[in-house]
Amino acid sequence: MFNGNVALKTEVNRLNSHTDLNDFRQQILDSYDPDRPEILVCHGTGCIANGSVELTQALKKACQTMGVDAKIMPGIKSTGCQGLCSKGPLVHIKPHGLFYQRVKAKNAEEIIQKTIIENKPVKHLLYKDPQTGELFHKEEDIPFYKKQKRYVLKNIGKIDPTRIEDKIAVGGYQALAKALTTMTPEQVVEQITKSGLRGRGGAGFPTGRKWQGALKAIEKKGRPVYVVVNGDEGDPGAFMDCAIMEGDPHAVLEGLILGAYALGAEMGYLYIRAEYPIAIKHLQIAMEQAKAYGLLGENILGSDFCFNAQINRGAGAFVCGESTALFTSIEGKAGNPRPKYVRSVEEGLWGRPTVLNNVETWANVPMIVENGADWYANIGVPKSTGTKVFCLVGKVNNVGLVEVPMGTPLAEIVENIGGGLPGGAPFKAVQTGGPSGGCIPYHLKDLPVDFDSLTKAGAMMGSGAMIVMDDRDCVVDVARYFLRFLEEESCGKCLPCRLGLSRMREILDNFSHGCGEEKDIDDLMGLAQAIQDGALCALGSSAPNPCLTTIKFFKDEYIAHVRDQKCPAGVCKDLITYSIDPEACTGCMSCSRQCPQGCISGEKKKPHAIDESACIRCGICMETCKFKAVIVR
Amino acid sequence: MITFNINDTEVQAEPGWTVLETARQYEIEIPTLCYHEAVSSSGACRLCMVELKDGSWSKLVASCIYPVAEGINVYTETERVKNVRRWVFEMLLAQCPASGEIKQLAAKHGVESTRFSIKDPDEECMVCGLCTRACEEIVGLSAISMVDRGVHKKIGAPFSRPTEVCVACGCCVTICPTGAMRSRIDAVRGIPKITLTPLAV
Repeated sequence: MFNGNVALKTEVNRLNSHTDLNDFRQQILDSYDPDRPEILVCHGTGCIANGSVELTQALKKACQTMGVDAKIMPGIKSTGCQGLCSKGPLVHIKPHGLFYQRVKAKNAEEIIQKTIIENKPVKHLLYKDPQTGELFHKEEDIPFYKKQKRYVLKNIGKIDPTRIEDKIAVGGYQALAKALTTMTPEQVVEQITKSGLRGRGGAGFPTGRKWQGALKAIEKKGRPVYVVVNGDEGDPGAFMDCAIMEGDPHAVLEGLILGAYALGAEMGYLYIRAEYPIAIKHLQIAMEQAKAYGLLGENILGSDFCFNAQINRGAGAFVCGESTALFTSIEGKAGNPRPKYVRSVEEGLWGRPTVLNNVETWANVPMIVENGADWYANIGVPKSTGTKVFCLVGKVNNVGLVEVPMGTPLAEIVENIGGGLPGGAPFKAVQTGGPSGGCIPYHLKDLPVDFDSLTKAGAMMGSGAMIVMDDRDCVVDVARYFLRFLEEESCGKCLPCRLGLSRMREILDNFSHGCGEEKDIDDLMGLAQAIQDGALCALGSSAPNPCLTTIKFFKDEYIAHVRDQKCPAGVCKDLITYSIDPEACTGCMSCSRQCPQGCISGEKKKPHAIDESACIRCGICMETCKFKAVIVR
Repeated sequence: MITFNINDTEVQAEPGWTVLETARQYEIEIPTLCYHEAVSSSGACRLCMVELKDGSWSKLVASCIYPVAEGINVYTETERVKNVRRWVFEMLLAQCPASGEIKQLAAKHGVESTRFSIKDPDEECMVCGLCTRACEEIVGLSAISMVDRGVHKKIGAPFSRPTEVCVACGCCVTICPTGAMRSRIDAVRGIPKITLTPLAV
C-alpha cells in the first residue's frame, strides 16, 4: 500500500493497544503518496519460473539508468501470486491500474518509458481475450478476475508479503485488536460457529464445532491446548495454500492468533512442507515482524494474552497432511497416522486437546471476526458458507488461482473464469479434490461446487485442485496416475492401503496394456470397497475415489479397454496406433524430421506413412503436424 | 461395567477394554494377525474389522483398538466386514505365500486361493510390526524397527546390518504371527561382545 521506496521508520515500537495500531496504520497511510507510481511484480511460483526475479531487477536498473524524475520514481514490489498463472510474469501498475501479462526483462525499459514517464499503456503487454480479441487495460475488467469474488485472496498480489506495514495498511490485525478489546474468547468461538465456516482442508468439518469440541475437552483435561496450521499441501495440481502463505502470511498468522485467543492456547505450530521454501521464509519474516510489533509473543497488543508459535518443516511425506500423522511428525517420530477413534480435539499433539486447521481455514478467521458471522454466512450457500480458493489447472485457457463463492456452478468456474478449453471444445471431466477426490463428467457441469454437492456426486471438495480434462485424457490413465501417486505416498502401516493400492494399480496397468477382463472391473470395485472400509486413515480410505468415480461415469471407456482393447482417448500406448491421413497430409516433412524412431517415410509434397512396427507411440508427429493429418486410433 | 451388544448379544466390559478384548472374553471369533495381548495394539492388519451400526448409520472399525462404549452395536460377520477380510486374506496369500500360519487362518475363514500374482514365493513377512513392538515394549531394546515407507516398508536393524543391540532373546521369533522372524533373526543378531569363560571343572 505505501510506497516501497519510502523508508518509514527505522526502529520498531511495540504496539500496546488498539489505538496504537490505528495510529500506526494512519501513519503508514499518511506517508503514502497517491500520485507516486507503484509497480507490483508477481512473484508466485509460476511467474518466478518465467523470469519475474530478473524482471524486477531489470525494472530497478531501468529506473536508475533512465533518469526517472524523483517525483515519479516508482516503488517496485515483489508480491504474492496475482492469479492468472498461465499468462505470467504478471505486472500491476498503480495508480494507473494497468495490468500487464507475459512481461519479460527486455520489456522493462519500455514500461518505465511509456507508462511511468509518459503515462501511456504498453499495448502489446495488455491482456487480450483469446476469443474476442478485445484488449483489457485493467485487471478488474478481465473476465478471469471480474467473475471472481476475492476475499481470502484480496490482498495477495497487492501487498509486499515481507512487510508487515503493508499488511497493517490494508487492515491487517484489526480483527485481532477487535477481539482482544471487545470480545471474550467464547464470543470468538460463537462467531466462528455462527459463520458456518467449514474446514478447507478437504473433509469440510465445521470449524466452530471443532473449536467447541476442543473447549469441552479442555474442561475435562485442562490446558495446555495447541493450535496448529496444516500447511502440508501436497495434492498434485494444488497450490492455493502455498499462494496464501507466500502472498499473505499475516492472514494465516492472524487467524492462528485469533484461534489461540479463542481457545486459550499459549503455543501454536505451523506445519509447512519443506518443498515450500518461500512460504516458510515469508511466514518466518511475518512472525518476526509480528513479534517485534507486539502482535505475537508476550502481552499481545498490551493485553494479558500471550501466544507463541513455531514453524515445523514437513520432510516430504504426503501422508503428513493427515492430522494424526502430522502430529506424530511434530512430536519427532516417523509420520505414521494413528487410529482416530479418539478425536484430535481431545487427544491430539502430545495427547493434548488440539485444533488443527488448514491454511485457508485460518486465513478465513480474521475476516469473520472483523466483519461478523452474519456477513460471512451471506456469502456462498447455506450449508457451505464463504468462498473457496481453487487451483484451476489442466486443459484450460486461464490456468491460475481463482476464488469463488461456495455453490458456484462448475461450468461457471471452468468456462467463464477459466476461459474454457484451448480450441473451444467442452471439457470431458474435472477432477476435484486431487488424489482423494473424483472426476465430475461434463453432464454434471451445472453441479454447484460446495461440500455436500461434490460428496453426493462421489467426488469431494478436497483442498481445492481442479484438474480440467478433455477428450484426449484417458480416465483409466488418470485413475492409474493417482493410484501410483498414493501407492508411493502410503505410509505402509495398514495392509489394505499398502498392498491394496498396489494391487488396484496392477489391475489398471493390465487394462492399459490390453490384458484385462471385464470381471476385473468388478474385482476392482470390490477391492476398492475393502480399502475404503478397511484403511486406517483418510489417505487410504479416500484413495479409491478417482478410480471409483471414473468407473461410475465412464464405464464404457473401461469396457473399451478390456473388451475391445482400445483406448478411446488415444493415451494407453499398447492400445493405440498412429497413422497418417493421406488426404490431409501435405508432405511438409516436419513429422518425419521430428520422429525419434525415424519410422515416417514419404517424399516431399507427397503423403507420408508411419511404419507401425517401429513406432513407439510417443505422439510427437501428432503434435508437430499443422494439418491434423496424424490420426490416433 | 460397560454394556453393549456384539452380534445382537448383550456383553459387558470393563472401562478401557477394546471391542476385541471383550469379544475374546465371550469367545466370539474375530481373526487377528498383528494383535498380541502382551504389547500395545496398532491396528495394522485390519483383519479384526467389525461393523458398528446405529439405525441406518454404519461404520467399520478395527476392533483391536476401538474402545468399548455404552450401548454400541457391534457386528462381526456382516457383508462389509467379510469383504474386507476376504480381500486382506487374498492379498496376504499373494504377499506371504510361504507362511503356513496365514494359509491356515485364511482357510479357516474360507479363503483358499488368491487372484493376485505372487511376487516372491519365499516371502513370509507381512510387515505388521508385532516383532518391533515386542522388541521395544517387552525387551526394551528396539534392536529392530520399521525401515522405509509404503510398499518398500520392511523390518530391519539400523543400516540393514546385524546389530550388537540385539541380545538374541528370540522374543520376536516367538511373537511373529507368520513365522517370518525364524529366518530373519540371523540378519539382525550381531556377534555378542561378552567372552564366555569356561566353567571351572
